[in-house]
Amino acid sequence: MKTLTVNIVTPDGPVYDSEVDMIIAKTASGEIGILPGHIPMVAPLVTGAIKLKKEAKTEYVAVSSGFVEVRPEKVSILATSAEVASSIDLARAKEAMKRAEERIQSKQDSVDHNRAELALKRAMNRINVHEGNI
Amino acid sequence: MASLRDIKSKITSTKKTSQITKAMQMVSASKLSRAEENAKAFVPYMGKIQEVVGAIASGTSDSGHPMLTHRPVKKTAYLVITSDRGLAGAYNSNVIRAVANAIAQRHASKDEYVVLAIGRMGRDFFLKRGSNVIGEVIGLPDQPAFSDIKEIARRAVGMFTDGTYDELYMYYNHFVSAISSEVTEKKVLPLTDIAVEKGTTASYEFEPSSEAILEVLLPQYAESLIFGALLDGKASEHASRMSAMKSATDNASDLISNLTLVYNRARQAAITQEITEIVGGAAALE
Repeated sequence: MKTLTVNIVTPDGPVYDSEVDMIIAKTASGEIGILPGHIPMVAPLVTGAIKLKKEAKTEYVAVSSGFVEVRPEKVSILATSAEVASSIDLARAKEAMKRAEERIQSKQDSVDHNRAELALKRAMNRINVHEGNI
Repeated sequence: MASLRDIKSKITSTKKTSQITKAMQMVSASKLSRAEENAKAFVPYMGKIQEVVGAIASGTSDSGHPMLTHRPVKKTAYLVITSDRGLAGAYNSNVIRAVANAIAQRHASKDEYVVLAIGRMGRDFFLKRGSNVIGEVIGLPDQPAFSDIKEIARRAVGMFTDGTYDELYMYYNHFVSAISSEVTEKKVLPLTDIAVEKGTTASYEFEPSSEAILEVLLPQYAESLIFGALLDGKASEHASRMSAMKSATDNASDLISNLTLVYNRARQAAITQEITEIVGGAAALE
């Protein structure tokens, strides 16, 4: 069976580089599944989990804002941050979630509010990916 | 001539100083190699993002995206990347001088420009001069992660988009080698120097549209330019601190050898004088 090369890179360095059978990513216009031989495409990503299917296994990577560049046999994901499920610091994510929740409740300033909401989303995404319930 | 004890204590204190500078030199050397690694890890990301931006820019002839278009300049922003601490030779003063010169040449009044400061030295300088410092990040770790500057990078890009200023320049020390760095001025916004790629890449499908992609991509691109400059700046900070500490150590050992010479001479003079006195005393008794 044909496979795809996936590269996940962030400003802090490459996070993931491997061959997979299928990629499922959350883009701004909805979830997409990418199989080998996909037409060249670029799409923005939203905070969420990337599913990487390799034979019987599925791996999850938490990403926050970025985009995916698809070529027939190579997929590059450029995200401002990305973590493989096993490397997520659960305690830190929970702490961030708590902080964001407190901020949402305490402040009414709209800019801070939006920012806190985004932070909350990222933290929840990390926790979900870590626990594998997507 | 200073007394023997004075010279001795001077030698001891210089020795102690040189121990410290030597240690700082070694610390900086190891930080430098880490910083170089970080800069290397960033290269694939930057390369990829440049490639995609180039591909999209070539695919869409005139996107008219606000971040790509020039507009009449009413206000200019300067992003100054310096270090938090001194003892790094001319590292900070070079950057600050370049910015101050540029400002003096280009602007008549303080209302025409704003300053964004990364690093305490730059911030303090511009605050003291009464410039309008509208953003600052201090206390960055020696090996910064993207999340450390995401906030200011996003704000810098956001304030360009909402019209707070009409162009953004970035000043930092570009890392050339372990012994030299060079002050670099880079125009971040509007994005003008996007390398347009010809050929294979024009056939991308954009989901949902190329405008929507640019909406995400261009801020991310500008933010990564800033982060790249920061990594570059950090590498040259460690490099110049290393060489500053190296020359401090060298100077200290020169000083020590001079002082030791003086000390030995003084000691010899004292001994000679004592002998003369004894001989003189003995002669008087005869």
